[in-house]
Amino acid sequence: MNEQLEHLAAMRNLMERSTRFLSLSGLSGVWAGACALVGAYFVRYYLDAQFVRDFNDVYYERGGPVTAREYEMLLVLTALAVLAAALAGGWFFTARKAKKRGERVWEASSRRLLWALAVPLTTGGVFCLALLYWNLIGLVAPATLVFYGLALFNGSKFTLRDVGSLGICQIVLGLTGLFYPGYGLELWSLGFGVLHILYGGWMWIRYDHIAAR
Amino acid sequence: MKDILTQLNPVFDHRNRLGIMSILAVNDWVDYNTLKELLNLTDGNLASHMKPLEAAQYVEYRKQFVGRRPQTTYAATQAGKAAFKAHLDALESLLKINEQK
Repeated sequence: MNEQLEHLAAMRNLMERSTRFLSLSGLSGVWAGACALVGAYFVRYYLDAQFVRDFNDVYYERGGPVTAREYEMLLVLTALAVLAAALAGGWFFTARKAKKRGERVWEASSRRLLWALAVPLTTGGVFCLALLYWNLIGLVAPATLVFYGLALFNGSKFTLRDVGSLGICQIVLGLTGLFYPGYGLELWSLGFGVLHILYGGWMWIRYDHIAAR
Repeated sequence: MKDILTQLNPVFDHRNRLGIMSILAVNDWVDYNTLKELLNLTDGNLASHMKPLEAAQYVEYRKQFVGRRPQTTYAATQAGKAAFKAHLDALESLLKINEQK
């Protein structure tokens, strides 16, 4: 009878492992959150310091070296740098965890996860470019939160389940931000920065520490 | 008790075959190498456990070329999924009876 129970446990494990990518490291989340906060800090205290914003969201220079169009370019560049740093670090921690668990990073389950993330993320990326094109800059930060949240919710079917509720939190923050465009950066920092660190830390403690004991 | 024991499917009477069916029950098509890695089996071992499942028509396979390499992918048939479910149901009632004792 114990043998049957062991079989059942093994089967359950196989079902999980063959559908979900479980090597996702909580540290990847903590790292991404830290990158986001550094980026947001840079925007608020370096870029924004050179501009005054009026009620119509039009920017005026305050003797800074950049024009409004260049400011937008710098915003996009900062966002891309944050994204690149977050992805590189995220990959590093997850690859390390996969190696520890004797799994590969590039396998059927991780490909499925990436695909599930990629569709909403790419849609969101193009959507945000359209917002920039129509000069709706105040909506860009909340829109990134909404689409990122949708991507996480979608991807949570193929990885640790906690990712789904993180996605819902991001969506709620993003939708809130759509009605308060003036607080875009604050909500963005809260979602991409603080939530990532909280969730990442919690997942790290839960799956890497408690599980390892 | 005896009734239930006869419901256990002899084709599934090995942990590796149960393993193969578990993976195929929750995935559409799985290639040979992925199965091998997930189950931690050698080529010959996986093939020998796949044979009875194929003979019972519980799994079907597709051979295709990925680049120049031939690749075999497997899926559970409707009959296979039904048989696997019946086997699991039998296991469940077996465990329940055991609990009551």
